[in-house]
Amino acid sequence: MSTSLPVVNEPATGGCTDAPVLRERGQREVFCGLTGIVWLHRKMQDAFFLVVGSRTCAHLLQSAAGVMIFAEPRFATAILQDRDLAGMADCNAELDRVVAELLARRPEITTLFRVGACPSEVIKLDLHTAAQRLDRENFPRVRVLSYSGSGIETTFTQGEDQCLKAMVPHLPAATDGQRRLMVVGTLADVIEDQFSRLFSQLGIGPVSYFPARRASDLPPVGPGTQLLLAQPFVGETVRALQARGATLLQAPYPLGADGTTRWLAAAAAAWDVPAEHFRRVTEPAQTRAATALQRYRGALEGKRIFFFPDSQLELPLARFLSRECGMQLVEVGTPYLDRLLTESELALLPAGTMLSEGQDVEKQLARCEAQHPDLTVCGLGLANPLEARGLRTKWSIELVFSPIQGYDQAGDLAELFVRPLDRSARLTV
Amino acid sequence: MQLTLWTYEGPPHVGAMRIATSMRHVHYVLHAPQGDTYADLLFTMIERQDKRPPVTYTTFQARDLGGDTANIVTRAVQDAVDRFAPKALLVGESCTAELIQDNPGSLAMGMNLGLPIIPLELPSYSKKENWGAAETFYQLVRTLLLERSKAREPRPGRDGRRPRVNLLGGTILGFRCRDDIAEVTKLLASLGVDVHVSAPLGAEPDDLRRLPDADANVCLYPEIALTTCSWLQRTFDMPTISTVPIGVGATRDFIAEVGRVLAIDVSGVLGGETLGAASLGSSQSRMPWYSRSVDATYLTGKRVFIFGDGTHVVAAARIASEELGFKVVGLGTYSREMARDVKACAEKYGVTALITDDYLDVERTVAELQVELVLGTQMERHIAKRLGVPCSVISTPIHVQDVPARYSPQMGFEGANVIFDAWVHPLMMGLEEHLLQMFREDFEFGDGASPSHLHSVAPAKPEGPASAMVSESHGPAITPVVSEPAPVSVQSPTATTVAEASGAQHETPSVAPTWSVDGEKELSKIPFFVRGKARRNTEKYAAAQGIDVITTETLYEAKAHYGR
Ligand code: SF4
Repeated sequence: MSTSLPVVNEPATGGCTDAPVLRERGQREVFCGLTGIVWLHRKMQDAFFLVVGSRTCAHLLQSAAGVMIFAEPRFATAILQDRDLAGMADCNAELDRVVAELLARRPEITTLFRVGACPSEVIKLDLHTAAQRLDRENFPRVRVLSYSGSGIETTFTQGEDQCLKAMVPHLPAATDGQRRLMVVGTLADVIEDQFSRLFSQLGIGPVSYFPARRASDLPPVGPGTQLLLAQPFVGETVRALQARGATLLQAPYPLGADGTTRWLAAAAAAWDVPAEHFRRVTEPAQTRAATALQRYRGALEGKRIFFFPDSQLELPLARFLSRECGMQLVEVGTPYLDRLLTESELALLPAGTMLSEGQDVEKQLARCEAQHPDLTVCGLGLANPLEARGLRTKWSIELVFSPIQGYDQAGDLAELFVRPLDRSARLTV
Repeated sequence: MQLTLWTYEGPPHVGAMRIATSMRHVHYVLHAPQGDTYADLLFTMIERQDKRPPVTYTTFQARDLGGDTANIVTRAVQDAVDRFAPKALLVGESCTAELIQDNPGSLAMGMNLGLPIIPLELPSYSKKENWGAAETFYQLVRTLLLERSKAREPRPGRDGRRPRVNLLGGTILGFRCRDDIAEVTKLLASLGVDVHVSAPLGAEPDDLRRLPDADANVCLYPEIALTTCSWLQRTFDMPTISTVPIGVGATRDFIAEVGRVLAIDVSGVLGGETLGAASLGSSQSRMPWYSRSVDATYLTGKRVFIFGDGTHVVAAARIASEELGFKVVGLGTYSREMARDVKACAEKYGVTALITDDYLDVERTVAELQVELVLGTQMERHIAKRLGVPCSVISTPIHVQDVPARYSPQMGFEGANVIFDAWVHPLMMGLEEHLLQMFREDFEFGDGASPSHLHSVAPAKPEGPASAMVSESHGPAITPVVSEPAPVSVQSPTATTVAEASGAQHETPSVAPTWSVDGEKELSKIPFFVRGKARRNTEKYAAAQGIDVITTETLYEAKAHYGR
C-alpha cells in the first residue's frame, strides 16, 4: 500500500455484486455450528454450553478444540443413550437432572446455553420450551437459553449466529431512541479495546459489544441502535436485532487497513463525524498498518490463492488479500452467501472473481489441483493431503481463533498468509 | 444421558473409519451430517496422513429430511464407486442417520454394484470407537471370506514350507501400531516364521481373502482383532496366538507360545534369554540389565498408576511391577469390553480396577493415591500435569506427539527398550535425587529444580499442584492454533477441589492440625518432590494421634511411622 490514505468513498472498481456464483450441493467438508462453542465459551466467561447430542458431538468439540485442552472447560455434552431415545419424558427429566448438577457445581455460571445437535433435532427434543421452563425456575440467578448448533442446520461459524440470536429477545429495550453503536460478532478482548479507543476518539458512542465479555451484560437495543458487524456470519442475529428496531450499517469487515477504515467510516458517517476529524484520528493507525503491511506485501503480490468454503470469512479475506496485498483470487468458496451481510464486500472484489457457494468437495479438489494455486485456505481435514500434492495451505480455523481485525493486526493477518510460503521457501528437504 | 466433558473414545463409526483408513482399496460411505467430517482431521492431523481418509459423507441437511435422504445415499454410493473404484465398500451411518433409518447398507446392497458391500450397523448410542473398529474388521473379513467359510476346506499342512502367521489388529490411530508390526515381524523372522498378512493396517481386500492360508493368527490388539481371531478359529480352525508381546517377560512368553502353537523349536532365541541374570548379554533387550543397573535402584517401589485401553494397561502393569520394580497402586481402563481382563490383572496386584470413561473419576483417583508416576493416555497426561506428577503415555487416545518420527515400538525386545526410556525419563535421576536432598539449601537447586536432563521450564510454584517435574518439551497440540493455557484453571471449582485434595492440606478438615513455625521450617528442608507426601503423612499422623500442633518432633515421628 502506498502511504497515501485510501479514499473511503471511492467507488468499487467493478465489483462482484452481480457476478454469477457457482452453487454446489454435494459433499461438504465443513464443521457444524457446535464448533462455535470453542471460542464462545472463552469469550463469555460466565456462560456454560451444554450440548445435547451424541458421542460424535462430544468428540467433535474436543477434536476441534485442540484435544483436551485442560481441566474442566465451560462446555460439556449430555450424551444421548439408547434408553433416552426410548421415551421423551425421560429425556427432559434427565436433562433437568444434568442441569441441576452442573449449576450446583459451577456457581459462577450466569448463563446456560442448551445447545441442540443433530440427534436432538431429529428426535425433535424441544430444548426451547424446556429452556424457557428452566429459565423461569432459575432466573435471575441463571438465565437458561437454547439454540441449535446442529450440522443439519448450521455450518461452523453459524453456531455463533444462532447463539447470539437466542440472546436477542433478552436484550434490554432502549426506548429513548438514542443513537448507540452495537458491534456484533465475537472479537478478541484486545481488539475490542483498540476499537473502543478509536470510537471514543471519534466521538462515537455509547458503544456496546455483542457478545460482551460476560453473557449477563446484555447490551440494550432499540430504535437508534446502529449495528456494525465485526463478523460476516451473524445474519440471523442482525435480522432479529432489526426486528427490534436496530439499523444495519453497511460496511466491509474490519480486516486490513482499508477494510478497517471503511468499517470505522460507516460508523463515523452515522455519527456525522467530520471528515477532517476522522482523518486525524485514524491517520496514525492507518500509517502504522501501512508500514506493517508493506513488509509482507512483496511476498504475497501476484500470488494466486484458492479458498475452500469454511469459516465464512472467505469473502472479506479475499477482498483484503486482493486489494491490500495484491494477491490474485483463483476461487473464493463460501459455505453460504448472505447478501445482506456481504454487499459491501462483493462490491470491493475484483470483477470476474470466481465465487462458489456450498460445496462438492471432490469436484472442488479437482478444480483446485487443476489450478495449482500458490496458497489454499482450507479446513484441517484437507490441509495435509493438499500439502502432499504440492500445494501450500493455510488452515481457515486459525483465522477464526486469532485476533486479526483492526489496524494493528493488519500486518499479523498478512503474515499468517506469508508464513506457509516463507516456510516452503526455507525448506530444502 | 451421560454428562461428558472429554471422551476417551469416539463414536463407533470413527472406529470403522480407522479400519477403512488402515487398508488400501477399501472405501467407506458414511451417511452423516456435515459436522461429522471433523473426523478427517484425526487422520490428517494426529497421524499426519498425507491422504484424505477414504470416506464419502452424505452430508445431508435438515431440508433433506422428510424428502429423499435415501436418494442422497445411493448417489453418494454410486459416486464413490465411480470415483474411487474400491475393491470393497463399507456402508454405514453415524448417530444422526441411525435415527432416520434409511438403512444405507441395504440400499447399497440393492444397487448391484458388482463389488463386495459390507453394511455396517454400529449402534451409536450404546457402543464406542474400539468396538466399532472391531466389528467393522470382523464384518469385512467375514464378508470377504464368505465363500471360503462355506467350503469347509481342510486345513492344509505346511508341506515343508516355513510357518507363517497373520498379524491382526494394527490400525491407524492405534498406539504405535506402525512400529509394533515391524518389530513383531522382525521377531518372528528370527524364529523362522513369516508374516503372511498384516491387517487391517497395510492390507487390502484380497489379502483378507488369503487369511486362512496362514498357520495361525497373532492377536496383536485384542480390542480390535479378538472377534475376528475367534471367528477365524471357529470357522477355519486357525489357532490364535494371544500373548501380547509388550515387555521383556511377555515377549519371552510370546516366543514360547509361537513355538508351541506352530510346533517349532524356538530354543535358539529363547535360550539367549537368561532369566534373572544380571548382564548386558542376558537378553536381546537392554531393559533387564538397565533395570538391574545400580542407578535404577531409585525406581524401587515408585508408586505408579496405570490407565488406558485394556491391552496396554495389562502389559504395563506387568512391566511396572516385574521389570522395573515399581509398585502398582492403581490401574483401570475406559474399555468396558476389556473390563474382565483388567479386573483380573488388578487382582493380581492387590488393587481394585477403575472401570470408567469419566476422566474426573480418574483424576480423583490419581490425586487420592499419591502416585509418583502415571502411565496413561493423553487425558492422564493432562491430569498428571495438573497434579504435578510425571507421566508417560502408553495408550490411545493419542495426540500428534504419540506418533513419533523415529522408530519407537512398544512390542518385542526393542519395544522394551523404548518403554524403559519413556517411563524412566520423566523421573528424577537417582543420584540427583540424593544431591538435592543433601544440599537443598544450594540456591541453584531451589525448590524449582527440575530433573537436570529435562530442559523443561522449572515449575513456577514449588509445592502447589502445578509444580511439575514433568517433561513438557513436547510438540504442539493437534491443532496447534489453540495454545495450551496454564495447567491449572482457577475458574473451575472442581479443579480447585482436586488440586486441594492432591495438595492434601486438609485431608482431615475437621481436626486439621496446625504447623508450628519450626515444624514448617523443617518441612521446607525436605525436597519439594517428596514434601507434599511428607506433609500429608505428618498431618495424617498428627490427626490420628490427636496432636494439634505439628512440631519438628511430630514430623520425624511421622517419618518413623510411615517409612519412606
Ligand atoms: S454434525 Fe451433528 S451429530 Fe455431527 S457433531 Fe455436529 S451436531 Fe453432532
